[in-house]
Amino acid sequence: MNTVLSDAEIEEIRHEMALYEDPQAATIEALNVVQNHRGWVSDEALAAAAEVIGVTPTQMEAVATFYNLIFRHPVGRHVIMICDSISCYLTGYEEMRDHLKSSLGIDFGQTTPDNRFTLLPICCLGNCGNGPAMRVGNDYHGNLTPETIDKILADYA
Amino acid sequence: MEKVLTQNINDQREPKWLSDYEAAGGYRALKTVVNDYQPTEVGECVKKAGLRGRGGAGFPTGVKWSFMPRFEDKPDERPAHIYMVVNADEMEPGTFKDRLLMEGDPHQLVEAVAIASYAIGADIAYIFLRGEYTESRWKLEKAIAEAEEAGYLGDHVLDSNFSLTMYVHMSAGRYICGEESALLSALEGRRAVPRHKPPFPAASGLFGQPTTVNNVETVCNVPHIINNGPEWYQSLGLNKDGGTKLYGASGHVANPGLVELPIGTPIRELLDHFGGIRNGRALKALLPGGGSTPILTPDHLDTPMDYEGVGAAGSRLGTGTMVVFDEQTPIVGVLKNLEHFYAQESCGWCTPCRDGLPWVERILTNLEAGQGRPGDIELLDMHTKLLGPGKTFCAHAPGAMGPLESGLKYFRDELSALIPDNGDTLAFHEPANAESHQATTQT
Ligand SMILES: Cc1cc2nc3c(=O)[nH]c(=O)nc-3n(C[C@H](O)[C@H](O)[C@H](O)COP(=O)(O)O)c2cc1C
Ligand code: SF4
Ligand code: FES
Repeated sequence: MNTVLSDAEIEEIRHEMALYEDPQAATIEALNVVQNHRGWVSDEALAAAAEVIGVTPTQMEAVATFYNLIFRHPVGRHVIMICDSISCYLTGYEEMRDHLKSSLGIDFGQTTPDNRFTLLPICCLGNCGNGPAMRVGNDYHGNLTPETIDKILADYA
Repeated sequence: MEKVLTQNINDQREPKWLSDYEAAGGYRALKTVVNDYQPTEVGECVKKAGLRGRGGAGFPTGVKWSFMPRFEDKPDERPAHIYMVVNADEMEPGTFKDRLLMEGDPHQLVEAVAIASYAIGADIAYIFLRGEYTESRWKLEKAIAEAEEAGYLGDHVLDSNFSLTMYVHMSAGRYICGEESALLSALEGRRAVPRHKPPFPAASGLFGQPTTVNNVETVCNVPHIINNGPEWYQSLGLNKDGGTKLYGASGHVANPGLVELPIGTPIRELLDHFGGIRNGRALKALLPGGGSTPILTPDHLDTPMDYEGVGAAGSRLGTGTMVVFDEQTPIVGVLKNLEHFYAQESCGWCTPCRDGLPWVERILTNLEAGQGRPGDIELLDMHTKLLGPGKTFCAHAPGAMGPLESGLKYFRDELSALIPDNGDTLAFHEPANAESHQATTQT
């Protein structure tokens, strides 16, 4: 019996499985479900989700490592994703990136020691008209300047 | 100009929910279609309107639908399911139009997908949504729930014989998921690796069943074509193509954003809508429709932004969202940024793309850092040939070569000037004394 995942997680995964002709199609969404509950996908949780779907952990792993938004390492409470694509690059991405790195004291892929923020680069967020742009958790922020970045980050406990 | 796709959309992107959407004329087209049209008649109407795909490739939508197998006369042979899939992946850098349509008017998309599904005989529709679009997700799910409640979706839509279930599928981020066959792999819960064509999705698509894949903006046109007729739609366009287009501009324009205008509006006029180049500078170049469309220059300002016009200028309309560079932008930085994206987002399936794109990125990085070497420009030329159309499994690599090849064409001197004149030669160049060396070894 699956003891790693919570009942809620299993139920959400089963709900997704019912939306497709083949339950394997819920593989990505199962990873999303686990990540929404835990912040990231551990080996144990990955194997447990694979069991619910009925695929091997290797199949699950192959999918998990392919997609940008599945985190296979622990992340902080808020994941900052700063767009490094062309429109943001033209409007000041590099300065914003450097400001984030220096004010958080971390590099891409790292988490602040207080576990508040993880910093990641991301490609075009569909917010190109408001570049430079980033996401913190599920929130979009555009037209960034070093000053607005400081203000925005202060809002995330 | 009459707004079509954005008529219900306000600046705050607060959607019209069901009753307001209905009051604005919503779901009228769906009613008309299920009551008065045979499925193939819908396709004929869309064909006559001249609607072409807004996802990048520009394929005529009605023609695409006509490839779907028909089972009206032989219901016994009907496969278990027929699928309508909406491509809402939108990850091409510089592209931000579908998000507006989904966040600003989700019912428009739901109605449009229902009509498209009716036209191709689909009983299940998936909206394949990129993982970051969480706002689009809840809005679409709310609209779908409202539409189900009102009888626009589900069993026997509006008491007809047509039944449709619609779902939102949340992706987890990879540009290649936008390529239609890779999208189907992703939707099946696998790595998003493109598939060989043929068979085309109409013959064997999702789970091996007949499937049509259309872009968000493409389908959003359909209810309006039904309501107002194909002739009206044709007449909206300025040239050969029908309808309006959601145009965008980002980068160095004064007022970046989106605007809906007749398809075929010239680039110069579009730039005026976005306030021209910011800080009073001059235009250096632009990508007309996203990160994979070849570069255009100020010489192309009178180009009409439609499929033929941009094609004749040596580029593609793509998604119609322009990325604009001012005169002070070094071209090497632009190309390096774009090729970094393509190198990173290659699915890795075929060698030229997997290994060639990082090589291109490295050369451009070196050029930018003043560490270019003689032969670098020729190496870049070589890649534009070896990663061009027909050399790789899908259009990702050729897409990546679009801006590079045009960049080399228009800004060759600027790129060449980045190579320091220090006499370095490439390690694998034939040594200058190759002949005498050979002569020595022979004796
Ligand atoms: C690498 C790659 C990425 C693509 N990404 C998208 C995308 O994000 N959205 C989209 O609608 N089409 C995208 N396309 C085009 C699709 O393959 C397909 O042509 C389109 O969804 C068809 O819809 P349409 O006929 O309505 O334009 C992409 C193509 C390639 C080769
Ligand atoms: S061209 Fe690139 S993205 Fe397309 S199949 Fe080959 S490796 Fe994958
Ligand atoms: S390029 Fe940054 S959001 Fe599109």
